[in-house]
Amino acid sequence: MSLLTPDIGLLFWMTLSFGIVFFILAKFGFPVITKAVDARNSYIEKSLEDARLAEEKLAALNLQADEILGKAHGERRVLLDEAQEIKKKMLSEAKDLAEAETRQRLKRAVVEVEEVKANAMNQLREQIADISVRVAEKVIGVQLSRDSEQEQLIERLLDEEIVRKT
Amino acid sequence: MLKKSSIAKILLLLAFFSLTFSGSAAAQEGKKLDVKEIVFEHIADSYLWHIATVGEREVAIPLPIIVRSAGGGWHVFSSAKLEYGSSYKGFFIAHNGDYKGKVVELNAAGKIARPSIDISLTKNALALLISCAVLLIVILPLASWYRRGNVKPAKGFRGAVEMLLVDVYNEVIKPCIGEDYKRFAPYLLMVFFFIFVNNLMGLVPFFPGGANVTGNIAITMVLAVCTFLIVNFSGTKEYWREVLWPEVPMWLKVPAPIMPVIEIFGVLTKPFALMIRLFANIMAGHSVILGLICLVFVTASMGVAINAGMSVLAVVFACFMSLVELLVAYIQAYVFTLLSAVFIGMARVKHEH
Repeated sequence: MSLLTPDIGLLFWMTLSFGIVFFILAKFGFPVITKAVDARNSYIEKSLEDARLAEEKLAALNLQADEILGKAHGERRVLLDEAQEIKKKMLSEAKDLAEAETRQRLKRAVVEVEEVKANAMNQLREQIADISVRVAEKVIGVQLSRDSEQEQLIERLLDEEIVRKT
Repeated sequence: MLKKSSIAKILLLLAFFSLTFSGSAAAQEGKKLDVKEIVFEHIADSYLWHIATVGEREVAIPLPIIVRSAGGGWHVFSSAKLEYGSSYKGFFIAHNGDYKGKVVELNAAGKIARPSIDISLTKNALALLISCAVLLIVILPLASWYRRGNVKPAKGFRGAVEMLLVDVYNEVIKPCIGEDYKRFAPYLLMVFFFIFVNNLMGLVPFFPGGANVTGNIAITMVLAVCTFLIVNFSGTKEYWREVLWPEVPMWLKVPAPIMPVIEIFGVLTKPFALMIRLFANIMAGHSVILGLICLVFVTASMGVAINAGMSVLAVVFACFMSLVELLVAYIQAYVFTLLSAVFIGMARVKHEH
């Protein structure tokens, strides 16, 4: 069967052409492609890994940020509370101060009023004494000397009179 | 409805066309058609690339004949000089006998003999060179795409080539060979694309395709020998130990080396099976399609109705077979590559104890 006996000429051409094409492709063809494909595959793998790591990092950062935010919220709360307290304290202090001042002023006013009253009382007493003496002179027609005895008498009478009246 | 009727019209036209064609062919030959002859003529190699027969004239591409005669001296001439049984410089094409269809000369004893060396660029050799050119045109643009520093995958035709290549590379070469797959990847990819391109070119029914390259034993033999050499030259110590001193009961190897002989036989049969598988598959595919087409001409003498019916049937079957052959073209390339990779992987075994 000639079909099963390899032809020498074709063997020659096959070896030659296969050899040449293999040489060309093994040098400039396949390694370039497979290298690029391998490089791309590892690049993709690395990128996926990087993306995973970045995601993890991002999640961690988010967690941290939440923590910081929570802490900040707490601090704000505390600060606000403190400020509230200080405000209350200041208000009450101011109130106390104002009260004390008012009380003092009131006391002082009372004292002054008392003084003025005493003064007025004294003047009144003197005038009443004068008027009483003059009235008595007119009544008895003699001049009465305003000696100390009489004065004392008037004083006593006035005291009695005022005590009775009040 | 319109579509259906138009398809029927086309089929009828086809049948009619083939009818007239076969009628003229039968009339021209004036004898019974020898299907076996036609099929074998196609499957075998030839010195002319026959394209068509128009009337009495054969349209064929003459190819260079390169021979060294038994008496010494190289001769290069066009095969057109040997057409129609004529002889040139004492060379002629044998019409029967052992050297049927080959260039022969008369030796000193006056008997028909082959020239000492015949490296004529035959139909298969030319088809082989065309396929090699196609292979370079297919692979090199993709390589230059990546040499230009592109990282993204190629698009279009180059992308398709890359898809095939990466599939073989990742799914066959890497898992079958293991660790040092990079050393063997170029050879295995070369084998895959070489067989695939040649198979596909063989399916194209006219020039520059249609030659039965991978269905020729010389071609598959070179491929199988390459795989054989690579497998055995890259074999590890462990591989040779498994071949020559396998782990079997002692009586199987000491008085008579039964197992080693079987193992050595296996080393030889593996590439032999590769050679025969590819050759037989592709040759059979070509034969079946040719046989189906010949059905049109065989039935020409059986009346118009039978001939028309058989013509339509033959065309439908031939279309179907062509599609099957398309599948076979890929599968055979894949299988050859896969088995070569498996054999190499088996020869790269590591000592495991």
